[in-house]
Amino acid sequence: MEDNYIIEMLNITKVFPGIVANDNVTLRLKKGEIHALLGENGAGKSTLMSILFGLYQADSGEIRKNGKVVKINNPNDANALGIGMVHQHFKLVEIFTVLENIMLGDEPTKLGFLQRKQARERIMKFSQQYGLEVNLDALIEDISVGMQQRVEILKMLYRDNEILIFDEPTAVLTPQEIDDLMEIMREFARSGKSIIFITHKLNEIMAVADRCTVLRKGKCVGTVNIKDTTKEELSRMMVGRDVSFSVNKADANPGEVVLSVRNLSVPSSIHKTNAVRNVSFDVRAGEIVCIAGIDGNGQTELVYALTGLERPSGGTITLCGRDITRASIRNRSKTGMSHIPEDRQKHGLILDYTLEENLVLQRYWQPEFQNKGFIRFDAMRSYATRLIDQYDIRSGQGPVTIVRSMSGGNQQKAIVARELDKDHKLLVAVQPTRGLDVGAIEYIHRQLVSDRDAGKAVLIVSFELDEVMDISDRILVMYEGEIVGELDPKTTTVQELGLYMSGAKRSTVKEMSYA
Amino acid sequence: MNSNDLLKEFIDVFYFIVQNMLPVAIPLLLVALGGMFSERSGVINIALEGIMLFGAFFGCLFVYYVQNTGLNPQVILLLGMVIGAISGFIYSLLLSVAAVNLKADQTITGTALNLIIPAGILLFSRMYFNSDGVTTRVRFYISKIPVLGDIPVIGRLFFQNTYITVYIGLLLLVICTIFFYKTRLGLRLRACGEHPHAADSVGINVYRMRHLGVGLSGILGGIGGFFYAVGIMDGNVNGHTGVAGFGFLALAVMIFGQWKPIRIFFAALFFAFFRTLAPSRSLIPFVRDMNINAAYFKMLPYAATMVVLAFTSKKSRAPKAEGIPFDKGQR
Ligand SMILES: Nc1ncnc2c1ncn2[C@@H]1O[C@H](COP(=O)(O)OP(=O)(O)OP(=O)(O)O)[C@@H](O)[C@H]1O
Ligand SMILES: [Mg+2]
Repeated sequence: MEDNYIIEMLNITKVFPGIVANDNVTLRLKKGEIHALLGENGAGKSTLMSILFGLYQADSGEIRKNGKVVKINNPNDANALGIGMVHQHFKLVEIFTVLENIMLGDEPTKLGFLQRKQARERIMKFSQQYGLEVNLDALIEDISVGMQQRVEILKMLYRDNEILIFDEPTAVLTPQEIDDLMEIMREFARSGKSIIFITHKLNEIMAVADRCTVLRKGKCVGTVNIKDTTKEELSRMMVGRDVSFSVNKADANPGEVVLSVRNLSVPSSIHKTNAVRNVSFDVRAGEIVCIAGIDGNGQTELVYALTGLERPSGGTITLCGRDITRASIRNRSKTGMSHIPEDRQKHGLILDYTLEENLVLQRYWQPEFQNKGFIRFDAMRSYATRLIDQYDIRSGQGPVTIVRSMSGGNQQKAIVARELDKDHKLLVAVQPTRGLDVGAIEYIHRQLVSDRDAGKAVLIVSFELDEVMDISDRILVMYEGEIVGELDPKTTTVQELGLYMSGAKRSTVKEMSYA
Repeated sequence: MNSNDLLKEFIDVFYFIVQNMLPVAIPLLLVALGGMFSERSGVINIALEGIMLFGAFFGCLFVYYVQNTGLNPQVILLLGMVIGAISGFIYSLLLSVAAVNLKADQTITGTALNLIIPAGILLFSRMYFNSDGVTTRVRFYISKIPVLGDIPVIGRLFFQNTYITVYIGLLLLVICTIFFYKTRLGLRLRACGEHPHAADSVGINVYRMRHLGVGLSGILGGIGGFFYAVGIMDGNVNGHTGVAGFGFLALAVMIFGQWKPIRIFFAALFFAFFRTLAPSRSLIPFVRDMNINAAYFKMLPYAATMVVLAFTSKKSRAPKAEGIPFDKGQR
C-alpha cells in the first residue's frame, strides 16, 4: 500500500516561540490527486507546507518520497525532489519582468551569460500546454494579482515540479480567475502531477479535491474522502462546532447620510486615464452598501480617494457634513472614518511592530494612551489584551508578538479589531474576509452587521458574489471606473449582478442621478 | 573683442571643461557603480568614503615605492590600480562580514569604517614619513595620445590633456553594465536587494550574493579612490583632506542615477561638471567679470547635490530590501 503515496509527512512537529504550530501532524499525498488542506487561521497549514518546501525544518518527524526518507534542508532540496510551491504571499521580484522571475534561480546560461531566448521558449511551451497566457516582458509590479499567480505557477512548471503546493491561491482571485485556476489544477492532476491545495473556501474543496486533511490548532483532526463528506462536516471538523454559512440580519433602517460622494474622479496609477470617472453615491447610517465588480474596475482607486491614500482629480467627498476631499488621513479618521484596507501588509499593519502596538495605531495619541507625549504602556497592554480576547486573535506571544510572524488570517483579524473598536461613523472595508476561515468569516460578518445596527454606515468592496449578496443592503456595481447600476440584493439574482459586473448591462443615467 | 574671438575663446573653454571634467567624473562613476552593486544586493554602503581613501592610500604607497625604478608611468598606474582594488576589497570585507554574517547595523558599521581611515593614515604617515600623507611625483598626465589625439574635435576633446584613468573607467562602465544586466550573477544579485526571500525560495544563496555586491563595491571603490588621488590630487593622499567627501558625493550620484549604471554615468558627468567650474571660472568671460569669491565655486558640486537630491529623492526608488539583514526565518 505504502508505495501509493508520493509524499508522506509523518508525525511532524514544529514549535515556534510560544506556540506549537504543528503537533504530530501526518499528511499523505497520493500521486495524481488533489489533496486539500483545511484549517482555521493559524492552524499551521502554511508552516507544514513550508517544512515540505524546505523553508523551515521540522523539530521532529520525517518526510518520505515514494517511501524513501528524504531530508529537505532548503528550497533547493525540495526542487530537486520535484516539489514546488506557490506561497500565500507571492515571492516575486517586483521590478523584474515575468521572464526574469520565472527563470531566476534556474537560468539557462552560456559562459555565465543569460540565454533569455532559451528560457522564453521553454516557458512558452508550458504556457501553451496549460493555457497559462502571460506577457513575459511585463514588469511584475504592473500586472494584476491573478497574473502574478500565473507567474508563480509557471515557475513550478519551468522547474519540472511534480508535487505542487498551492497556499491559499484563490484568496486573491476573482470568481472567473478561480474557475480558471480550478480547471488548471484538474489538468495538472490529469497529467500526473500531485497537488496540495490550501483554501478556506469549502466550495472549492468540494469542487476539485479528492481528499482533504483537516488541521485544528496545530493538530491533525483527520483525512476524509471528499466524495463521502459535506461542507457542514468539514467545517465542523475544522472549527469544532456548527458554522452558519449565511448571514442573519434584520432589514436595514437607514438614517441620515454619512458619506456623500459627488462626481468623483481619481487618476489611475498605471494608465493616463482616470480610474474612477465621475462617480456619485451616498451611504447612510445603518446600512451596508457593497461595491461589487470585477477586480481592477476602479474600486481600489475609489477607496484610495475616500481614505486619503490618493488625491482625487475632481469631485467632492463629504463625511458627516464635512468636506474631506483634501483632508489628511488622520483628519478623516478623526471625523469618523475607519478603514480595513485591501492590502493588509502594506496599508494595514506595521509588520515589524508588536501586535499591541499595531492595535493602538489609530489611537495612541488619545489621552487614554498617552501622558504628556509618553505612551502609557499599561493602558496599551490592557486595551490590546481586551481586543485580542474579544476578536480571538491567535498568536504565539499575545500582545508582544511581532505581527510579521502571525498567520495571514490573524493579521486580518487584528486590523478588523482595531478599526471596529475605534470611534467611527463610517467603516470602509475592502475584502474584509479575504483569507479568513469560515468561522472567522461568520464572526466578521456578524460584527459588520452589528456595526450597522449600532447606526454606523458601512461601505464594503468585495469581489465575492456570495458575500455581496449575503451581507449588503444595497449593491452598487462598478465597471470601468463608473457606477453602472444600483441593485437591491433581495430582488436581484447572482446572474443579473454578473451581467452588470461584466458590463453587459447598465442602468440608465436618470435612474442613477443624484440631485 | 570681436565676435570671432569670443567664439574661439568659448570653444577653448569648452575643451578645457571637457578635458578636466572626465578625470573628475571617472572616480565618481566608479565609486557610484560600486555603491550600486552593494545596495542592489541589499547592503547600504555608507563606507564608500573610507574604502576610497583606503584604496587611494595603498595605491599611492605603491607608487611611492616604485617611482624611482624607472618603470613606465602608465604601467605604474595600472599596477597601482590593482593594488587599490585589492586593498579596497580587503577593507570592504569588514563591512560585508559585519553586515551579512553578523547582521550588524549597516549604517553604523559604514560610519565607523569611514572614521577610522583618515586617522589611521595620519598615524601611519607620521610614524614613517613624518608627514600627514604620501606624496608621489610620477607624471601620469598625458598631454596628447599619438594618432588619436590628432583627430579633429574628438581628438582634442578626449585624447589630449588627459589620464588613462578615463579610458579604464569607461571600459569598467561597459563591463559593469553587461555584468549587471546580462549575466546570471547580475540577475541574482539584483534579486537579493529587492526581495531576498524570493531569491532564497528559488535556491539562491542570499548571503553569498551580498558578499559579492559588497566585494565589488570594495574593488570599484578602491580603484575610484586611487584614480581620485591620481587625477585630482596629483598623486597625493593625506589624512586631512582625505577624498574630500567624494565617497558621499558618489552616493548622491548613485541615487541621482537611480541605482542604474548608465544613468549613474550621466549623473557623474553632471556632478563633475560643477566640480570643474571652480578651476575654469577665470576662463569663462562673463563669469570672470562677476568677480565671485572662489569659495562659492568650490561649493557648487556639494550644493548641487543637495538641490538635486531634494528634488529627485521623492521619486527615487531605492532597492526595496537594502539595509535589512537577511533573516531566513522571517516571512
Ligand atoms: N516564523 C514564525 N515565527 C513565529 N511564529 C510563527 C512563524 N510562522 C508561523 N508562526 C505561528 O504559527 C502558527 C501557524 O501559522 P501558519 O502560518 O502556519 O497558519 P495558517 O494555518 O497558514 O493560517 P492562515 O490560514 O491564517 O494562513 C501561527 O500562530 C503563527 O503565528
Ligand atoms: Mg497560511
